[in-house]
Amino acid sequence: MTEERKRNLKRSWLKFGSNPLSVLGLVSVLLVVFLAVFSPWVAPHPESWAKWVDFKNALLAPSWDHPFGTDVFGRDILSRVFFGFRYDLLMAVSILVLVVPLGTVIGLIAGYYRGSLLDTVIMRITDIFLAIPSIVLALAICAMLEPTLFNSMMAVSVLWWPWYTRLAYGIASSLKNEYFVQAAELTGASTPHILFREILPNCISPIFTKMTLDVGWVILIGSTLSFVGLGAQEPIPALGTMVAAGTKYMPDYWWMTIFPAIAIAFTILGFNLLGDGLRDLLAVEEI
Amino acid sequence: MYIGRRLVLSVFVLLGLSIFIFTLSRVIPGDPARLSLGPMAPQWAVDQLRERLHLNEPLPVQYVIWLTNAIHGDFGESIVTKRPVILDVITFFPASLELVLLSTIVSTVLAIVIGAISGRRANSWFDNAFRLFSYIGIAVPTFVWAIMALFLFGYVWKILPTMGQLSTNIAPPPTITGMMGLDALLTGNITAFLDHFRYMLMPAFAMSIGRIAQEARILRSGFIENLKKDYITAEVSYGIPERSITFKYLMKPSLIPMISILGMDIAASMGGSFIIETIFNWPGFGRYGMWAMLNKDLNAIIAVVVIIGAFFAISNIVVDLIIASVDPRIRMMERGA
Repeated sequence: MTEERKRNLKRSWLKFGSNPLSVLGLVSVLLVVFLAVFSPWVAPHPESWAKWVDFKNALLAPSWDHPFGTDVFGRDILSRVFFGFRYDLLMAVSILVLVVPLGTVIGLIAGYYRGSLLDTVIMRITDIFLAIPSIVLALAICAMLEPTLFNSMMAVSVLWWPWYTRLAYGIASSLKNEYFVQAAELTGASTPHILFREILPNCISPIFTKMTLDVGWVILIGSTLSFVGLGAQEPIPALGTMVAAGTKYMPDYWWMTIFPAIAIAFTILGFNLLGDGLRDLLAVEEI
Repeated sequence: MYIGRRLVLSVFVLLGLSIFIFTLSRVIPGDPARLSLGPMAPQWAVDQLRERLHLNEPLPVQYVIWLTNAIHGDFGESIVTKRPVILDVITFFPASLELVLLSTIVSTVLAIVIGAISGRRANSWFDNAFRLFSYIGIAVPTFVWAIMALFLFGYVWKILPTMGQLSTNIAPPPTITGMMGLDALLTGNITAFLDHFRYMLMPAFAMSIGRIAQEARILRSGFIENLKKDYITAEVSYGIPERSITFKYLMKPSLIPMISILGMDIAASMGGSFIIETIFNWPGFGRYGMWAMLNKDLNAIIAVVVIIGAFFAISNIVVDLIIASVDPRIRMMERGA
């Protein structure tokens, strides 16, 4: 790595670290990711994640052995929360991996050909998906399909791509009259080259920042969907499903609901703080 | 005219939305007629219902039939309630409107107060505490707030009722507007109004928290931005009292971005009402929509999606109009252009 890059990296790190909230976000996110990836080895009762019954230990209050208590089947809630991180993160990553490339490419094309019929058509289609609150559309789509984790992922993907299209569209249409783009056109560069080697690199920072923030929002919608029963079903330990399952036992066995709820809030908060920190660091104004 | 263009655009977008959701409802596996009659009904009854509901026609024809009916207010019959969907909508919508109104009033007032204080005294302890709260307020999902509120105020400190709209020992007021609180006031029934208000507090509170956090944040950054401007420095050096500066000269320009968020937030509240009304068993549009979705009530789902879309579009246009009339800079721009 060159000296300059090393210096830039150090400067970025110092700038990022100057905001305690951003560092808190980074630490939280790293914790959640670590727990998600290593849950089978880190969880105190790894067998609790799926079909497992141990009625002798059912509905125990939080204790040293079960810091988050046990649920109605005797499964350790702390371990299930760790595995729950897995599912929620998996959902977020899958959705974003699908949505970000697709939405960005469509937005780049629409922005580059701004003013044409293609642009109008694409933008009106994105308007349709932004016409109602995302949660309502997600609920409606999930309601029509079988309630599974996969289907809820599909539903959220379908309504998430317009955000990236808009983002890329804004950047592409503002850049298309810049000199470097015109120079590329004049030297006969092909359109894919212009889109991907000239315009796209300018989008990386906003897209990356938005992706980080979006992990939080996707988890929010995903957990809401599982909470109402239209997402992951039992025995999959999605955090929203766990909260819903616990509401029947409120208020006496409050730990079944409260701890997964706090876990959800913690995850979303972490990604939000990290995303805000990245936004400040990369000086992104577009989002 | 600008509004005319926006309205036409909104109509197109709503049409597109209705096409999307209608097509989705017809291409998924499952027979709507069979769903409506149940698994025990004889096949000839199902076939007859299919004919009556035009389910055997090609998809575009079905859509045109639906559209012509919808324009006249006929959204079909609900599988769950077995009544015309439009009747269900009229019955349940005012209750949601009541919650949205209360939560809007509370959250706007609180957001203005908190945002103004935070903006004026940036980096004070109040501001830092608020910023922490705002992060949490935005990040935590609505249903988590609802459950926390239910837990704390309904079970731990038993001060607020958890379900429904009115205590069972109080007679409900006659249905004039459909909004129980308003009806109670209109008929002079103060007991019912106060009781009903207690039931409204928790759902409205759960609906407001995210909004207060976000709106106050925007007002705060508006204040901070405008405090740097030259005209504020000029006013301070003129000796204009601080109270006057805050309420007259800082508030108005900082309110503008907050008002534009307000429109989106009101519509987002309709989305949040789905969850909140289900948790608190509040008989509103959101709970009806949630039932429809959980029971695959296709006619009701389509109607709910389109109506919320219309509501969203209208509130956005109204907010834009308000901003255009309140912000003199926009008026000057239009005049100058």
